[in-house]
Amino acid sequence: MGRRLKIVIFSLVGVTLVVAFIFLASGMSPASFFQHLLNALQWGSFYALIALGYSMVYGVLMLFNFAHGDIFMVGAYIGWGIATGLVALGMRGILPLPNWLILVLTILLAMFFTSFVGMLVERVGYRPLREAPRASAAITGLMIGIILETGNLALLGAQRRNFPSLIKTQTYHLGPVTVTNVKIMIVFLSLLLMFGLHQFVRRTKWGMAMRAMAYDFVVVPLMGVPMNTIAALTFGLGSALAAAAGIFFGIAYPVLEPYMGILVGWKAFVAAILGGRGSILGAALAGFLLGFIEIFVAAIFPSTLRDVIAYSIILLILTFRPHGFFGEPYSARLRL
Amino acid sequence: MLLSVENLKVSYGGIRALHGISFQVDEGEIVCIIGANGAGKSTTLRAISRLIPAEPGSKMTYMGKDLFDYPADKVVSELGISHVPEGRRLFGNLTVMENLKLATFARKDGKEIERDLELVFSLFPRLAERQTQKAGTLSGGEQQMLAVGRALMSGRKMMLLDEPSMGLAPVLMMSLFDALRDINKEGTTILLVEQNARMALQFAQRGYVLETGSIVLEGTSEELADNPEVKKAYLGG
Repeated sequence: MGRRLKIVIFSLVGVTLVVAFIFLASGMSPASFFQHLLNALQWGSFYALIALGYSMVYGVLMLFNFAHGDIFMVGAYIGWGIATGLVALGMRGILPLPNWLILVLTILLAMFFTSFVGMLVERVGYRPLREAPRASAAITGLMIGIILETGNLALLGAQRRNFPSLIKTQTYHLGPVTVTNVKIMIVFLSLLLMFGLHQFVRRTKWGMAMRAMAYDFVVVPLMGVPMNTIAALTFGLGSALAAAAGIFFGIAYPVLEPYMGILVGWKAFVAAILGGRGSILGAALAGFLLGFIEIFVAAIFPSTLRDVIAYSIILLILTFRPHGFFGEPYSARLRL
Repeated sequence: MLLSVENLKVSYGGIRALHGISFQVDEGEIVCIIGANGAGKSTTLRAISRLIPAEPGSKMTYMGKDLFDYPADKVVSELGISHVPEGRRLFGNLTVMENLKLATFARKDGKEIERDLELVFSLFPRLAERQTQKAGTLSGGEQQMLAVGRALMSGRKMMLLDEPSMGLAPVLMMSLFDALRDINKEGTTILLVEQNARMALQFAQRGYVLETGSIVLEGTSEELADNPEVKKAYLGG
């Protein structure tokens, strides 16, 4: 407990120092600085939610699910389908629901259904390859990603979809800083989900089994724990969080297209590496950090240079800390 | 007869580790398999626990049920065969209590779980003191206690023990085997594999001698301890 608390305090101090440094170095006015900070929180919560899925699956199964970015896309589309459907039902007077309820239902149902997409991917794509070389699993992940993208294209066509606006955007002025209710909601719900995941992994027996599996894969069945169930659960949880990220993304930037998951997915993967493979806390923190770096680089430099500069910074961090913030140096784990 | 193994053959990557061994364990017994390093002792236990596949023609039955019908986790949760693996293999990132609780993952008999937990803590009071400590921070002796305690929590019918004496000081080893004898008296059948033949033959009622994947001798512990070949090869003359 003491060690964990120390880690959290150190990270918070570290993040504060970085933010303070950026503030002083950029020479921004406090108002625009806080404006960017709020934007970065929202932007970072997408990365953080997606990165958690990468990191959890890696921790438990020692593989990177390279289809995860596309599961984010599928989640966004499932959310879009549910929201659009419910709105249409309401307009025809069949099932008139208030918008906030539609939103809640959309988030919950999309998370639920997308978790099954994730479990299906695990069952069909990864489980048969559990004893195969890791490269086979990586290649399979890339192929599943392409299937999900092109499958969507075949099913719904190339036309972009607009996420229905369920909440009326309200802008609050806090002095010179403006905040929208949408932004507050996204950041709040993201943090809530991360907290929920943390509690699940810490306190439930399934979370305990996940942690045990991350430590020693081989002897987990000797505890009477069905490994396949835990593997499926891990994929399901990661996919549900990606779906939430997809819906939040759809609410913040209401245009969906089949390839929307690729770049975001890769960047979240970078966040997972930066946080330390298998570390939940690390993935969340690194997701937010990535958001901060991107937003502030774009605020200071020309926005076309954003990714070049942002990812050079991350490359530099990884040069000095190759296993990320909370990851352990690579060790070949005993597998019997 | 509780457990019957017939013609068990296991290979690792084309190399045969077990050449069709057969043995039985009766209910309530303590049986040991002794043999040198690499004789196939751990392989035998892993095959019974269904952690590794056996070759066609192998037969293993437990209370009349075909063990090959059960995946590894069901061997524990449905048949009640627990396994203390070689090298303990605790979850070092989990606390002592979490290690014990995880072993009850598939159990739904809450009251029995509480009783078993009390039994574990009465056998190994040290574990009760260290409940909230991470398993990775325990001493070697405490780790072995936790490994046995964890097995008790996962299933009570039969316990497979893989070299429990390894790395333990003689005093700790004696107290561990005392605890195991108590566990046996409470109704748990024990199948033990050991390199420490002297200890194993003192502890068990019957034994088998495994040599490079084949059983070469069997008998009561007294018979084996008096056997000149066993004396020469395993008991230091």
